[in-house]
Amino acid sequence: MSGSAVPTTAAAIANAVRAGEVSAVDVVDAHLAVIDAHEAEVHAFNEVLHDHARATAAEVDRTVAAGGDPGPLAGVPIALKDNLCTRGIATTCSSKILEGWRPPYDATVVQLLAGAGAVAVGKTNLDEFAMGSSTENSAFGATRNPRDTAKVPGGSSGGSAAAVAAGFAPVSLGSDTGGSIRQPASFCGVVGVKPTYGAVSRYGLVAFASSLDQIGPFSATVEDSALILDVIAGHDPRDSTSIPEALVPITPTLGDGVDGLRIGIVSELMGEGIDPAVTARVQAAAEAFEAAGAKVGEASVPAVTYGLSAYYLIAPAEASSNLARYDGVRYGLRVDATADRQGSGPWTTAEMMAATRTAGFGAEVKRRIMLGTYALSAGYYDAYYGKALKVRTLIARDFDAAYEQFDLLLSPTAPSTAFGLGDVSDPLTMYLNDVCTIPTNLAGHPAMSVPFGTADGLPIGVQILAPALGEPTMFRAAAVLEAAVAPLAPTWEVAR
Amino acid sequence: MTVVDRDNLITSPTTGDQWELVVGLEVHCELATATKIFCSCPNQFGDEPNTNVCPVCLGLPGSLPVLNHQVVELAMRIGRALQCTVEPSVFARKNYFYPDMPKDYQVSQYDKPTNVEGFLDLPDGFRVGIERAHIEEDTGKNTHVSSGSGGGRIHDAEYSLVDYNRAGVPLVEIVGKPDIRTSEHAKAYVDELRAILLAIGASDAKMEEGSMRADANVSVRHPGDPLGKRCEIKNVNSLRSLGRAIEYEARRQIDLLESGETIRQETRHWDEEGGRTRPGRSKEDADDYRYFQEPDLVPLDPSAEWIAAIDESLPTLPAQRRSLLAQAAAVDPSAVALHVARGLDGLALAAIEAGGDAGRVLNHIEHNLAVEGAESLDPAHLAALVTMEVQGDLTATQAKTVLAEMVASGNDPATIAAAKGFEAMDTSELEAIVDGIIADNPDDWAKYVGADDKGRKKLSGFFTGKVMQATKGQADGKAVNAILAHRLAAS
Repeated sequence: MSGSAVPTTAAAIANAVRAGEVSAVDVVDAHLAVIDAHEAEVHAFNEVLHDHARATAAEVDRTVAAGGDPGPLAGVPIALKDNLCTRGIATTCSSKILEGWRPPYDATVVQLLAGAGAVAVGKTNLDEFAMGSSTENSAFGATRNPRDTAKVPGGSSGGSAAAVAAGFAPVSLGSDTGGSIRQPASFCGVVGVKPTYGAVSRYGLVAFASSLDQIGPFSATVEDSALILDVIAGHDPRDSTSIPEALVPITPTLGDGVDGLRIGIVSELMGEGIDPAVTARVQAAAEAFEAAGAKVGEASVPAVTYGLSAYYLIAPAEASSNLARYDGVRYGLRVDATADRQGSGPWTTAEMMAATRTAGFGAEVKRRIMLGTYALSAGYYDAYYGKALKVRTLIARDFDAAYEQFDLLLSPTAPSTAFGLGDVSDPLTMYLNDVCTIPTNLAGHPAMSVPFGTADGLPIGVQILAPALGEPTMFRAAAVLEAAVAPLAPTWEVAR
Repeated sequence: MTVVDRDNLITSPTTGDQWELVVGLEVHCELATATKIFCSCPNQFGDEPNTNVCPVCLGLPGSLPVLNHQVVELAMRIGRALQCTVEPSVFARKNYFYPDMPKDYQVSQYDKPTNVEGFLDLPDGFRVGIERAHIEEDTGKNTHVSSGSGGGRIHDAEYSLVDYNRAGVPLVEIVGKPDIRTSEHAKAYVDELRAILLAIGASDAKMEEGSMRADANVSVRHPGDPLGKRCEIKNVNSLRSLGRAIEYEARRQIDLLESGETIRQETRHWDEEGGRTRPGRSKEDADDYRYFQEPDLVPLDPSAEWIAAIDESLPTLPAQRRSLLAQAAAVDPSAVALHVARGLDGLALAAIEAGGDAGRVLNHIEHNLAVEGAESLDPAHLAALVTMEVQGDLTATQAKTVLAEMVASGNDPATIAAAKGFEAMDTSELEAIVDGIIADNPDDWAKYVGADDKGRKKLSGFFTGKVMQATKGQADGKAVNAILAHRLAAS
């Protein structure tokens, strides 16, 4: 079958591979060729899994040849954020402290993808431990935006967003704690989804902030994200926060439109600090919804204005605890600089831990560990962490009230288009990138970014928000926007 | 030696001042579950290091805990056995760095524990309040290795090894209120707690293996004063050490206070060999554990049905068993503590019910049945044995021999007595023997006659001993005493 046309979307690839029209090995080779040709310009990956991908693809082809069905993602190349555990394959979180660590197990999502016939082609770069909004905080170098390599891809899942935008893989997985899927999706002009908290198992996702983290897909098309989500969502007995009931399949209702749906623009996220070019695209999306039969109005979710402040207490607090285990005792980096202490005896364990963490973590990770440690400290807990939890409750309550009037909400994904590498050095300015995305994480709701036009050649995404388990409706709206503004083609096309 | 008076006060030998000891005990027990608290690794003591481990209990990146249902079940059994209320609870993270802790935080319960407000009654009736009994995970175990002489001590160690087999073993920490005033009560409390844990099948409660560990919060004060600064004594590995450690610590604190110094609130370690407590971490570097709700676990809210089912399934607890037996035997509950502790209260009750004399039944069980197989003794046989004794068919010594044979063979006492040729000795025969001994030992008899009641009691042993010698133990001691009394009255 060598030489036959390789489709570009996951849906088309899976159909063709399952039907025996194209081999998985050809699909994977074609994508590896694009990676080999352009990865140096983007640095989307911490590691490209050439051998692993070819071997997996060959296995898929054998299943097809034997008359079996490899599954709904047969032969689909997928890029995995490098904070998802992959058995025997380095999982670094783009941190020196985990460099070279090979997990003895696969994350649940990795198992599910493999079971559906998908082929992992690489581990993608991220802001260290998913802390950042530009993928510049990687210990292994920044990722560049394939739409304009002078720009950042956003973050923290910048490598996964860039991989799809570049055409390295039709789909990828990221993780979203405060916008880490949606903001890079917006910057790179791809679809990015943060599912309902508990819809996708976190088992095997290296934790940043456990109560906020969710795994979700990137893709060029809305359908491909639906396809991935239908595979990776579902109850996992290994994750206690996993929702007991299964998510309603999204794909079957994808084309149902928005006729009669009530969609509210979140007024608190349309004003100060948002680039007018971005708000203009949100207004345009509202018009597209109206044209498709939806009733669009103005929604108010007052507490979202406190979202950023609450988030930057809750997330670092959890992170300060989640990242404590990187202490040099069991795995990863260990700094045992006994030579520095000649004559004064061996280092104590505490000194080894401190030296390891000092050398192993980057500046942003240290900043957040310190912030979180402070927020949880005796005497400060009530004023900071305790108060943030109250804000979190308020935000959920305000969303609930808004969802009594609206089926879906609409807002910008990010305040601006992609900014230049090195342009944002002030942490607070960087944190403001997540102002529109954070509230959904705090509420545990789903939200997704859909590309909806450009400004000065750079993609702009709009965010569709839904109540818990509202993914099928959210995707119907995304499909409507995609029909109004065609998805951006990958920067580099797979050779045909 | 600490002198404790009737009001449980300590009188200082140096100043004569009176001090009150205040003890609160925190007891950790490992739950007897098949698997660990958050993973399916075996919960097993004594295996090769680092063999019962997995990504979850090693805290590998990306791993998540899933609460073992049996842990909750056993924790609630403990709570209900200690008369606690079971409440909705949440898990929290206790954050601190230590190499034996895979995640560098311990999952525990903090402000919302599973069991709150209960109590435990000691055999002598003293009641100790229980503040809470909460669920947590155990840590691994460090072994400090050095080539020099200071083996095992962290300060001399060249390196340390960590065994994570114990990491993630489920624990319940039972926090007692500071109600205890003597080291004896502290020991009795731990002993009673152990009996309860064993009775309800929650833990094997072995202090020497570390499956039960007691930390003592010790302070002293002048009676009526507010509570003094306390020190937490750790590393106590037996009941005896617990008593010694508390006594030592009380003495140490009194000495400090009496010499005008103050007590530093700190953790101290019991040094068994040195017979003293040594300072551990002090208040200056006291940890701030930064507790917060464990986001990887969901809150626990056991249903009323579940709690009711646990109540239903609890066995009769030691305190109730003591009071049942005490009532049947018409004695004080503390008099039957040993019988219950040995699990022979059922035998005692049944033997008494079968008509056995309660005093003799309890006496035999306490003194003559500390043997294997005693629990399978037929209560009717025991009742028959003590009846034979009461009727004078067997002497105390013969009864003891018959009893041992009953345990060994399962035969009834009459058959055994007949086979051994035990028959009641004729009184006139015994009188003749006693008279002979009096005649042979005139000086001792004169002393006996001249002595007061107390002295006479002592001297009677001389005569009964001689009689036993002469009869090869067949004589009834009481009968001998009766004859002696008779002769004394006639002299």
